[in-house]
Amino acid sequence: MTATTKERVVGGIGESTQRPDGVAKLTGNFAYGSDLWIDGMLWGATLRSPYAHAKLTKLDIAPAVTMSGVRVVLTQEDVPGRPGFGQVEQDQPVLCDGTARYWGEPVAIVAADDEETARAAVAAIVVEWEQLPAVTDADRARAAGENYRDMVIRRGDPDAAGTVVIEAEYETATQDQAPLGPEAGLAIPDGIGGLDLHVTSQWIHIDHIQIVACLGMEPDDVRCHPVGIGGAFGAREDISVHIHVAMLALRTGRPVRMVYDRTESFAGHVKRHAARMRYRHEADEDGRLVKVTVDLILDGGAYAHTSHAVLANAAFFTVGPYNCDNVVVDASVSRTNNPPAGAMRGFGAVQVCFAYESQMDRLAEALGLHPLEVRRRNALESGDPMATSGQIVEGSLPTSRVIDELETIPMPEEAIPDDPSLLPGGTGLTTPRSAVVRGVGYALGLKNLAFSEAFDDFSEVRLILTPVGLEIHTAAIEVGQGLVTICQQIARTVLDIEHIAWVGGDTSQIGSAGSTSASRQTQMTGGAVYEASVQLKARITERFGEGATLEEITADGPIEQWVRYRHPPTEEPDELGQGNPHAGFVVAAHRAVVDVDPELGLVRVVRVDTVQDVGKALNPQAIVGQLEGGIAQGVGFAIMEELILEEGVILNPTFTDYLIPTLLDTPDVQYRLIEEPAHWGPFGAKGIGESPTISSTPAVVAAIRAATGKPLTRVPVRPQDIVGV
Amino acid sequence: MIVSFAINGENRSATVAGWESLLTVLRDDLGLAGSKNACEQGECGSCSVIIDGENVCSCLVMVGDLEGTSITTVEGVAVGDDLHPIQEAILEEGGVQCGFCTPGFVVSAAHLFENNPSPDEATIREAFSGNICRCTGYGALLRAFHKLSEDDS
Repeated sequence: MTATTKERVVGGIGESTQRPDGVAKLTGNFAYGSDLWIDGMLWGATLRSPYAHAKLTKLDIAPAVTMSGVRVVLTQEDVPGRPGFGQVEQDQPVLCDGTARYWGEPVAIVAADDEETARAAVAAIVVEWEQLPAVTDADRARAAGENYRDMVIRRGDPDAAGTVVIEAEYETATQDQAPLGPEAGLAIPDGIGGLDLHVTSQWIHIDHIQIVACLGMEPDDVRCHPVGIGGAFGAREDISVHIHVAMLALRTGRPVRMVYDRTESFAGHVKRHAARMRYRHEADEDGRLVKVTVDLILDGGAYAHTSHAVLANAAFFTVGPYNCDNVVVDASVSRTNNPPAGAMRGFGAVQVCFAYESQMDRLAEALGLHPLEVRRRNALESGDPMATSGQIVEGSLPTSRVIDELETIPMPEEAIPDDPSLLPGGTGLTTPRSAVVRGVGYALGLKNLAFSEAFDDFSEVRLILTPVGLEIHTAAIEVGQGLVTICQQIARTVLDIEHIAWVGGDTSQIGSAGSTSASRQTQMTGGAVYEASVQLKARITERFGEGATLEEITADGPIEQWVRYRHPPTEEPDELGQGNPHAGFVVAAHRAVVDVDPELGLVRVVRVDTVQDVGKALNPQAIVGQLEGGIAQGVGFAIMEELILEEGVILNPTFTDYLIPTLLDTPDVQYRLIEEPAHWGPFGAKGIGESPTISSTPAVVAAIRAATGKPLTRVPVRPQDIVGV
Repeated sequence: MIVSFAINGENRSATVAGWESLLTVLRDDLGLAGSKNACEQGECGSCSVIIDGENVCSCLVMVGDLEGTSITTVEGVAVGDDLHPIQEAILEEGGVQCGFCTPGFVVSAAHLFENNPSPDEATIREAFSGNICRCTGYGALLRAFHKLSEDDS
């Protein structure tokens, strides 16, 4: 088209193109869910259970209903449609059904003229409970048969045996996504019985299905709109304010806004599953794996949400990026009275990575091998069968290369620093500097790309070419990762058009783009944009030849191109976990350098270096943002991030008590990117949203182990784990 | 009560309850939603503003105490339609992702560089220790602040 008349447009793939929402975000003009406002709106608020398991013995809303400024108070009896929601099982009641099954479970909702009145009305509701014993131990729940899903994987010879045996039990605690932007929604009645819902979400179409069912409405009567998202990391894959704010708006006939405060946010979204994993690795004298036996249990919390899929990921990635012909896995995700668990960056692959990488280190130690050498000898490569499912790895998987490249990154030049502010604990350090110990640790991680196990995974895009440029219509959600920028770069490269506008469609305007999760949007919506652009270009070239201007091409009106893009199909595995459940894989390696104060158990993470399998770097700067941000969350999980639960109650649901790495806690990062094209997706790019997080946690723990000699079988590592008290 | 102050160089008055936080008044009454509410405990820095030269979390400040003060919010950092060099640097280095922390970082940076045009690494890290970012891992922000520091030295 325009390519023949001027230089190729800038901002194509491979460039670090700046994000189009950057200026608005820097000047305070970008509208997030919690900024939504419409004149005449009411404010919503939620009454929540103070107990993890309790029977509701009295619920009297009258004192709230009669308050001045209160418009409506609703309970489970008022749910107009299906009583429960959930992506897989619809087991969570919209509001408490007479029994609260986790701390913070919504019981009643209020709409009032202002925020203070809404919260006062919540406090005025008379509610009485009879506490029930809370099941907070996943092993106990499993023994009682209270599992959302059980999985068995059997591959090879269960009687195979190695000469070197490494056996241990590992535990990972509950991590929170802690996105800075709170859950928020604005529901606006359309005056003819329907509703427009603007809500923080990672996937508005899966929300929409659940919302209309619970509202008892026709799909066309509810439109879910994308809004500005202040981070997600999995926390917005499931329902929070959605149905509540819609019910309040429908009952009052007024717009209603609902925004969670921080403590409600901690109560109101799913967590990363806590895990207990019993591992037995058997290897030959050269360190090659002979058999891996795993028993693992995830704590699914009170309702199912995405636990089924998280368990599958944990089970299929129990061995990591390594070859092994004989594998025995028994895995369950259990129903407890802990907070519901669901999606968080890494989605089941994080927990097992901590365990299998700890095992690989111990194997290396037992054989006197360098940690990277034992990994190199077992590296799973393209064409090899996955240790668990037996699926032949299709497409690129540069496991040996990420190991080799990691060794080329220079180690930090400086020794343990003299500046007290750079020592563990900072200027508060009371240990002599000479007692501080440095350690180095390594870890690899493996993750599947996009959805698995025969899920019909697709993304729809509609391109509209106008005299001004190109519009990309999609329901894909930008959560901050840079999807908009990358899709613009893809279209720009294929079509050679400079002006590309992103039009976020609501659920009535465009079909599903799938979730912004599973490292999938770069390949899925990026893939849809690529395919649509290629098809559009072919049509234009056929009709107008080369060199026509936008004005000439669109003289008879805009030109549209719609695409529904799918990745290669996946299969449901058989009853022994065998088959082809995955669409592709991504591998990464991390090396951590830490300084440890062994007397106080304090850690400073000095460096975390990484090599990432990116397929093709569409926007190098955006990739670095994912690497550094993912590593910060991995470091957080290694040494500080834990939701502390007591009888199912979260004791630290604030940013004062749930610690997130700050600039003082975050290491420098050096990186290498491996570009071996993926077998599907735009320009061979792979999604890299999750792999930076997955193996950074075990690398940091391995470094602390190297410094201290402590076994450290649990994350996060606490000071007492290092000091040994 | 009525409180009068200068916000971003403009004299403004608001009818408020004295116990309301500045953050609430900025967002709900004065139409300045750039300051973000993420924790309301002064931990995350998303609501950072400069009051009479001090960098504070506006969620922790009672608006009744602010009569006659001069306040700068994120909306007042840019110069007309042009981004402030701090904003330019953050944008160029890729320091914006979800952006929810960004207003707080912009304000904290404006405060830091106003008082110390060429801070060293330790000073930069300390200055932003009250601003949480959950997306970027801080690397791009750190590079932006180093660049600003070098440009000034």
